[in-house]
Amino acid sequence: MTDATQGRVFGRTQLEDMVIVPLFALVAALVLGAVVMAATGVSPATIAQSYVALLKGSVGSVNAISETLTAALPLVLAGLGLALGFRSGLFNIGAEGQIVVGGLAAVVAGVALGDMSAFIALPGALLAGAAAGAFYAGIAGWLRAATGAHEVITTIMLNLISFRLLDYLLRTPFIQKEDRADPISKSVPDAAELPKLLTFLDANLRLHAGLFLTLAMVAFAYWLLFRSKLGFEFRASGENAVAARFAGMSAGWTIVLAMAVAGALAGLAGANQTLGILGRATPGFSAGIGFDAIAVALLGRSHPVGVFFAGVLFGALEAGGRQMQVDAGVSIDLIGIIQSLIIVFIAAPLLVKAIFPWGFRKAGKRENKS
Amino acid sequence: MTVLLDKARQRQTRITGGILIALGALIAVFLAPDSSGVATFRLSRPTDVWPVPNLVVPGGAFVYVASALLAFFGVRLFLRGGARWSARFLGIGLIIAVAAFLVWATAGKSFSLTGMLQASLVRAVPIALGGLAGVLSERVAVVNIGIEGMLLAGAFTGALVGSLAGGLAGLAAAVAVGGVFGFVLAALVVTYRMDQIIAGVFINLFVLGLTSYISSQVFQEYRALNNAPVFRAVEIPVLSDLPVLGPVFFSQNIFVYGAFILAGLATYYLFHTRHGLRARAVGEHPRAADTLGIDVYRTRYVNVTIAGMVAGFGGAWFTLGSVGRFDEGMTGGRGFIGLAAMIFGRWHPVGALMAALIFGFADSLQQKLALLGTPIPSEFLAMAPYIATIVVVAGVVGRARAPAADGKPYVKE
Repeated sequence: MTDATQGRVFGRTQLEDMVIVPLFALVAALVLGAVVMAATGVSPATIAQSYVALLKGSVGSVNAISETLTAALPLVLAGLGLALGFRSGLFNIGAEGQIVVGGLAAVVAGVALGDMSAFIALPGALLAGAAAGAFYAGIAGWLRAATGAHEVITTIMLNLISFRLLDYLLRTPFIQKEDRADPISKSVPDAAELPKLLTFLDANLRLHAGLFLTLAMVAFAYWLLFRSKLGFEFRASGENAVAARFAGMSAGWTIVLAMAVAGALAGLAGANQTLGILGRATPGFSAGIGFDAIAVALLGRSHPVGVFFAGVLFGALEAGGRQMQVDAGVSIDLIGIIQSLIIVFIAAPLLVKAIFPWGFRKAGKRENKS
Repeated sequence: MTVLLDKARQRQTRITGGILIALGALIAVFLAPDSSGVATFRLSRPTDVWPVPNLVVPGGAFVYVASALLAFFGVRLFLRGGARWSARFLGIGLIIAVAAFLVWATAGKSFSLTGMLQASLVRAVPIALGGLAGVLSERVAVVNIGIEGMLLAGAFTGALVGSLAGGLAGLAAAVAVGGVFGFVLAALVVTYRMDQIIAGVFINLFVLGLTSYISSQVFQEYRALNNAPVFRAVEIPVLSDLPVLGPVFFSQNIFVYGAFILAGLATYYLFHTRHGLRARAVGEHPRAADTLGIDVYRTRYVNVTIAGMVAGFGGAWFTLGSVGRFDEGMTGGRGFIGLAAMIFGRWHPVGALMAALIFGFADSLQQKLALLGTPIPSEFLAMAPYIATIVVVAGVVGRARAPAADGKPYVKE
């Protein structure tokens, strides 16, 4: 095989990997989603209507695109952190708790810095969110490094602890909104809010400056993983921890730092929610984002750019799903089914080939030849 | 290498000692001053066949003795090391601390100990069965993050089929559907070589999506489909009349008995039968097992499917064993706690069961303490078991070893 043909084949499999497989997965998941709807007695006309609504609600208008991106931002941020952990060989299930802690810390810092100018208050609040998330995840990292406690258990427990901690802290005098008996935090002052970006078009568009933060973090995660010494150490200890140790890398520090960076990103996802959309912290404001982000990180193959697109896809389904529920009366829970099916079709190419043997003939032939 | 290990162990012992000293100090400073008065623990109801007198403990004295004991254990561990004893001391220490806490909370009041223990077992059931499902699949080196989804599938199927065809049919269907998802997991990771964690996440998301969708799309309209009968407690003759032990162990529903029986069966299967030995060989070194003529793929399929059936049975507890009605996402992370119980129990069925009982105990303790009206915010009581888990996992289990091939796909040559 000459270099030229090799190059071409490589190009084709790349295209297949990056574009055709995800596209196919999306279509197949939508078809199966329709089957589920039909099985529960939804009429064909309503099925068609609901998919039109799905498209309309995700990319059909400026508002739809704004909603898609708004839903995608926290998924991408938390997903980046998880991807970093996966690359370092750490299975961090704790993004949900880190989002809670980070989001709450951002609100507290925002309230404390509310009288300052936005140039201090907003970065301060974001930094507080990242720091709190990093600290919280760092606990699990430190426990793993110092005592060998499995991070799956510790992060699950830290998630559960964070929910209770949030409920408690939301009732404490400094955080609770004045004159309220229910657990709800003070509102984030304007100076610490992530400014809305598209209000010049329509005051209701929710897309906010977290978009820039997210894009910057995608670039940062890429640089960290593939261009920095630290990222090399992360990946090395993820690929082969023993070899990394013999190469003189400190296993303990690598674990703590990898967890802390992952926690900082999840903390930013929390801050993104409280400072950008909600304007306050309430019980359960994390809304399962940390768990969806696991799927996003896996779907994006733990690559920062992949995570970004996976997050946007999930955000689009989320935004479209809401429209679907309104327009066609089909429960938004259908989106969960579609998301899970997309994951299967993307993550199990062998399964796809088994179902559609004619679809990926070229790649198959190449394998047979070599 | 041994020097390194010794050092790590020494540090672990130090940490354990430090934790015990801190616990002792906390108890002496915060709990002891206001535990005056006697704490009364009710052990039996007046209607019992063999009533036993209440357990009466003098509050202050007990709490001071407890804190002194904790401090003694802690200092001893800290100064003299002795890694062999650190796990035992930590276990005993935590039990003493919990007892002191209970006495403090009950001082001047009375409290039904038997009732709390009974509730502990009930709450431990889904966690134990989830943990058991984890043990069965990880012993053949298939990481099973999908337990949560399998529990949920069991709960849903139990409610649906239970409403249509009665409790037993519902239970059978829940077990079958759990098995189906176990089989799906096996197919994805064994035949289609999908990443095991992604496959588990898929199962969780898929089951959550599907059950929530049907529940909001169909159950809302046809409520009769979501109204299953509940299995009542089965009193075991004579034994259920025993004081304390009777109500706790012998007057429960089939799910509690099932969890105990299954843990015993799984232990027998894994450690005392030929098939169990083969399963463990596949988990530790699939290549060697294959060389010896064990069908690695088949073994994984069979064990993971059985694990799914166990999880399906555990899932049915949520509907057929308690409320008879399915709610969206009603498993509430119990599958993940089951996973923690599995690691906590060192990948052993009985260990997982014990760990689940500790979680169940903490859960029901927290519920009952809220009734006693302690000055500690209820959120902190709710947190305590999770913090204790972290402490125990860091201090005792530490470097527990998973099956060697855990999580790795196997490709036949």
